Amino acid sequence: MSGEPVLQARDLRVYYGTPGKPVRAVDGVTLDIGESEVVGLVGESGCGKSTLGRGILGLLPEGARADGEVIYGGRNLVTLSPRELRRLRGPDLGLVFQEPMTRLNPLLRISDHFHETLKQHEANLSDDEIRRRSLETLGRMGIPPTRFNQYPHEFSGGMRQRIMIALALVLRPKLLVADEPTTSLDVIVEGQILALLADLKRNFGTALLLITHNLGIVAEACDRMAVMYAGKIVEEGPVREVFADPAHPYTRELLRSTISLETTELHSIPGAPPNLIDPPPGCRFHPRCPDAMRVCAQLVPIEQRLDGGRRVQCWLHGPERLIPADGEQPLEREAIGVADEA
Amino acid sequence: MTGTSLRTYLITRLALVVPMVLILLTLVFLLMRVAPGNPIQAALGGHVPESVVKPIEHRLGFDKPLLTQYGDYLWDILRGNFGTTITDNRPLSQIIQQNGAATLELTFFAMLIAIVVGVAIGLVAGRYRDTWLDVGGRMFGIVVYATPPFFLGLLAQLVFGVWLGWLPTSDQASPLTQALLKTHTNILFVDAIWDGNWGALWDVTQHLILPATTLGLITAGVFVRLVRVNVIRTMRDDYIEAARARGIAERRVVFSHAFKNALVPVITVVGLNLALLLGGAVLTETTFNWPGIGHELVLYLENRDYAGVQGIIVVFALVVVAVSVIVDFINAYVDPRIRY
Amino acid sequence: MASTSAPAPITPHGRAKLIALGRATKPIREASGMARFMFWTGVGITLFFVALAIFAPLLSRYNFTQYASGGHRFPQLGHPSSAHWMGTTVQSSDVMSRVVYGAQTELEVVAIALAMSLSVGVPLGLISGYFGGILDRALVLLMDALFAFPYLLIAIVIAFVLATSSIGGGILTAAIAITAAYVPLYFRVVRNHVISVREEPYVDAARALGARPRTVIRKYVFFNVVQNVPPIATLNAADAILLLASLGFLGYGIQPSQGAEWGYDVSRAVSDAASGIWWTGLFPGLAIVLLVTGLTLLGEGLNETLNPVLRQRRFGRFEFDEREPREEALLDQ
Repeated sequence: MSGEPVLQARDLRVYYGTPGKPVRAVDGVTLDIGESEVVGLVGESGCGKSTLGRGILGLLPEGARADGEVIYGGRNLVTLSPRELRRLRGPDLGLVFQEPMTRLNPLLRISDHFHETLKQHEANLSDDEIRRRSLETLGRMGIPPTRFNQYPHEFSGGMRQRIMIALALVLRPKLLVADEPTTSLDVIVEGQILALLADLKRNFGTALLLITHNLGIVAEACDRMAVMYAGKIVEEGPVREVFADPAHPYTRELLRSTISLETTELHSIPGAPPNLIDPPPGCRFHPRCPDAMRVCAQLVPIEQRLDGGRRVQCWLHGPERLIPADGEQPLEREAIGVADEA
Repeated sequence: MTGTSLRTYLITRLALVVPMVLILLTLVFLLMRVAPGNPIQAALGGHVPESVVKPIEHRLGFDKPLLTQYGDYLWDILRGNFGTTITDNRPLSQIIQQNGAATLELTFFAMLIAIVVGVAIGLVAGRYRDTWLDVGGRMFGIVVYATPPFFLGLLAQLVFGVWLGWLPTSDQASPLTQALLKTHTNILFVDAIWDGNWGALWDVTQHLILPATTLGLITAGVFVRLVRVNVIRTMRDDYIEAARARGIAERRVVFSHAFKNALVPVITVVGLNLALLLGGAVLTETTFNWPGIGHELVLYLENRDYAGVQGIIVVFALVVVAVSVIVDFINAYVDPRIRY
Repeated sequence: MASTSAPAPITPHGRAKLIALGRATKPIREASGMARFMFWTGVGITLFFVALAIFAPLLSRYNFTQYASGGHRFPQLGHPSSAHWMGTTVQSSDVMSRVVYGAQTELEVVAIALAMSLSVGVPLGLISGYFGGILDRALVLLMDALFAFPYLLIAIVIAFVLATSSIGGGILTAAIAITAAYVPLYFRVVRNHVISVREEPYVDAARALGARPRTVIRKYVFFNVVQNVPPIATLNAADAILLLASLGFLGYGIQPSQGAEWGYDVSRAVSDAASGIWWTGLFPGLAIVLLVTGLTLLGEGLNETLNPVLRQRRFGRFEFDEREPREEALLDQ
């Protein structure tokens, strides 16, 4: 980790209320993000990674609640008043969304969006200063000043995403959360946006939490990566090490299912991600895990620290002393079948 | 750039008016002329000798072939000639000028009341969804909408006119005012201001309050419903969440993003509701004996005056089309997306 | 549960129907809060008026045209009293009887009008939307023009023309006038929905598999589109009551001898109001307001439960459970 952490999540939980039991979208996540660091958060759809990203900024939908700690600047964001939290959003914590097409108010010019955002947080700014700063940030994102007074519908999806990023960066936040920022864009635009995000450190000194399901992006752009499964971070560490030697079977399977030039046959992880209202007991991955042991179905794995600043939650890495007798026996096949059925 | 695209839009929109007007005029013609029965006999109360009917038929052109009548009818309207009534031989242009002005006065103030009351309650109900404010706002909208203008008018007359004696319950002004006020625009409210005749203005305003409030409240019910739903829908829009993610204050998110965007579609609805308002005006004018064009329509309906009814319906049709065009223009001006 | 309540053995087809019914009513059964309140209040008020209409002869002491009983003429403009709970009119008829019998007229006309406008508007919309082409364009132009027009005026003109012709005034005339006013609405709603459904992948797939247009319209498009109709039809029924009452107020609805009609009664009462007589107008007017409110609540409640955009999601309350034991805690054991 480079430098002091900007933001630390400690045992963060975010649940969604439903008519029945709550959905445990984020269930006990601990994660540090260092200054100017780029952290990739990967996982299948519905594993809670978007909820985690928004939970950090306290942007939760109706019916959702958070518990635990998100420490930023010595304060716990989870217990902060909505007003104080709002003041932090923008100048300290930024968010870029997946779908850029609908994120700009269609009735406001691009200039209005910048004006509103800057005025909100720096009320004393003159109009000239607002214009200068907006144009500078937009310029870095490749938007020419001539288009400053245009309306959102006059821009393409890629352009709008650049505008959204500029809108987040114009306040120079310490941390930017980018939630699948390129998923809805085509490949060439995706590359351009990623290049911009990867340069954040150099240009803006901003740390980045990049949420994606695309491992290629992580390999290219990130310093560290966290792998999320069913609301938990199952493995976390420097990108190179994790790619070279995945410690968790889920990470391994996830890496195997990506397509590269060396791919000879398509690989997929059997089964579907578990339902987060009633997750499987023990390790949540055990019904789909090829290496599952008896203990995996019984006890929740304990986080283990490995060499090179890595963390993993998997009984394969111990601790040995907590595994019951013959807990290391492979889990019976039919057990997998039943769990799979459910 | 924006200017030319706006102009192109306006021209296209205007071109669409022609078929719409033509269809409405044709429908009116078909209904009024092709329908069974002899309209002139009907207007004169039936059992009138042929010798009386024939000259009137000839004057109105009813003795010509149907297609020729249709052609004449369209040509007359194109020249701005909407015909003359059968029963009292009054040119429609005069009805438009005199009674139209009264209707304009009534509908303008009614619309004003409807917009202010309806939009305010709708915004509050939508913003504070599922609170008692919302429940109250919605129930207000529903009950007010469920009240026919003539019943609300009747209640208003009973309470404010008869029991409390605060306000007059019929006519556009007291006879004295009507006799003394000089005519400039036929809109008494404007004429009173024109002359600086404050006594007359007070009298006209007093006469206006009950009818305009009756018609306005009923129209407000529709607005409450629509504005509320629009606010709820807009509050869920992605750019609202994005604005919150930039730390924009909630007040501002609600006022300058949610409310503004929620009100854009309401412009269209206001226009569409002019139709509803005109329908309501017919009823309100009848209830309050307001000398508007709807009041005249009812009189000609009672007298079975086909020419009078047809002329007034044609005028209503043209007003509806004109308003829909104006509404579209306003929309194009407010919402940049429409111009493209 | 279904097997105990249904005596006959349930055929697979029958069960499918039961399941479909169960699924269709699920949102209503699960509705909560405001939507639930509106729906059931609406049901209650509507049923009350349906009961009034059905049992009118039992519920009311006099007939709606009656102005004397047992050789005694009723008082003219009599105050509400024990003999006439809602008073009497200038023609000496009993206001309460006219209000009770009015429910019959209103519901009858509105039911006929609704059935007619549905059976014209829905098929036209289906055909126009599905086949498109010149027919569609022509119909859209026509219906849009009509839709923009004040529907009270459409109804007035139709009623006026029909009343002077051989058909004359009456229930059918009123129903036809109301039908003409509402066909454009159903046409528009159905057509626009068909257009969006037509492009849905499953309809495309059915067509690609060689299903005939008839089959596609009937099996795929119709059922999808028809789901939207109940809330609209209910709200429309509310509107139709207002329209009928307005026609009656202007003298183009039901003739007083054919049936009691609330709008007509209010129009008679306008002149009474000037002399402070309130009961002749108040009760029929309140009946209109109450029935229209009931139908509107029913329609809005349906709309809110069926329309996902408006549906208020239910969030259960929950507490975070105790934290899972940490490693240190485990080591202590």
